[in-house]
Amino acid sequence: MSEIHLTINGERRTVNVPPMKRLLDVLREDLKLTGAKEGCGEGECGSCSVLIAHGGENAELVNSCLVPVLQAEGAEIMTIEGLAPNEAAKLHPIQQCFLEDGGAQCGICTPGMILATHHLLAKHPQPTLTQIQEGLAGNLCRCTGYMRIFEAVGHAAAAEAAK
Amino acid sequence: MRSNVTEYDLVAPANLPSALSLISEQPGHYTPIAGGTELMVALSAGRLTQKNLLSLHKLRELRFIDVLPETVSIGAGATFTELRKHPIIASDFPLLEAAASWTGSIANQNRGTLGGNIVNASPAADSPPALLAYDATVTLVSNRGARTIPYSEFHLSYKKTVLAPDELLFSVTLPRRFSSHRSYIRKVGTRNAQAISKIALAGVALIADGKIAEIALGAASLREVPTRCTATEQSLLNQTLSSATLPALITSARAALASEARSIDDIRSTAKYRAAVAGNLLEEFLRQLL
Repeated sequence: MSEIHLTINGERRTVNVPPMKRLLDVLREDLKLTGAKEGCGEGECGSCSVLIAHGGENAELVNSCLVPVLQAEGAEIMTIEGLAPNEAAKLHPIQQCFLEDGGAQCGICTPGMILATHHLLAKHPQPTLTQIQEGLAGNLCRCTGYMRIFEAVGHAAAAEAAK
Repeated sequence: MRSNVTEYDLVAPANLPSALSLISEQPGHYTPIAGGTELMVALSAGRLTQKNLLSLHKLRELRFIDVLPETVSIGAGATFTELRKHPIIASDFPLLEAAASWTGSIANQNRGTLGGNIVNASPAADSPPALLAYDATVTLVSNRGARTIPYSEFHLSYKKTVLAPDELLFSVTLPRRFSSHRSYIRKVGTRNAQAISKIALAGVALIADGKIAEIALGAASLREVPTRCTATEQSLLNQTLSSATLPALITSARAALASEARSIDDIRSTAKYRAAVAGNLLEEFLRQLL
């Protein structure tokens, strides 16, 4: 077992887990953060996406099913639970746009889609359709046909720009 | 069946000397793991047979892109995202930039490393055709010292490489001498995004005085290892290139490529399809040289 120190959504947490345990399983089982979902378990579908930063670097989008938790030691991690500043009061603009545009249906891909969108907009605040498509290519959705997701991302970018 | 993670050990040395000491004390005991985009898939599927893993993730010494006047050296720990972001990779080595852009999704490019892509030694890997076309060398390190060899000599047979049990891949070095070359790369997979290639071809050629003065071709999934297509290169070298000679050049080059192809049937494609499409890619490259 390894003692792992993580900052999850701004909160310091310590877990005692096998070092090869997948970050996804630590989030869901040990930290009870079930927003990240397991779809394929092989880094193809993106439903386990989270944002991870090491030592002040920019946060990167990763598939948490492919991260052995020891490699996340000391990292700052954001899951979907940490996106909205105060869940009871207000959604994050990206979440609001997914809601309004029908970008979420069954919901399995949605946490990953929204975090991939967050990562995309950090790099490209006004993304082209091609940039949106590439930025979300690692996130599979079987409900929406993607068009409503692309619209939601476009509206979220416009909402950020209007701020 | 999911693996039981309690059966696995993972150690994360803080620096390269510590990592090399660990593998020199117990050669072959540890399997290196960098971004995890390959080995963690095996873990999830319950088929990761190696139980003792050595994390290279924290090794800053492996994470660099050094630009010198004559060469660019890329640390084995550089991620595909870092390759794609680097202006000199884009300007001097567009084939590598293209390969990096279609290596998995953004999330996988953020974690996956150039070194992992090479050492994993899949014949279908995305970066090797470009590295072969660019005449890359690789530097391997151990507590015994460092050695640099042509990348074309790195792969011995299916999933077997020249890496000794106490060695790690340190860097990949590319000569900066392709600014006048014409280049080509194409990956054929089931779809554009994320699919593993059925066949891929990368090439550079220098045309001088109407002749093919230099040509290098690298292929994925053509043989059991990423392959430099030397017989095909020989069939083209010093040949006159014109609209009159092109049909005969294409015929002989396709025949040479077919002679050195050892493609196989597997879950992704068939030997017949791979051999035919490899020839088509080669022909497309040659037609673009006119």
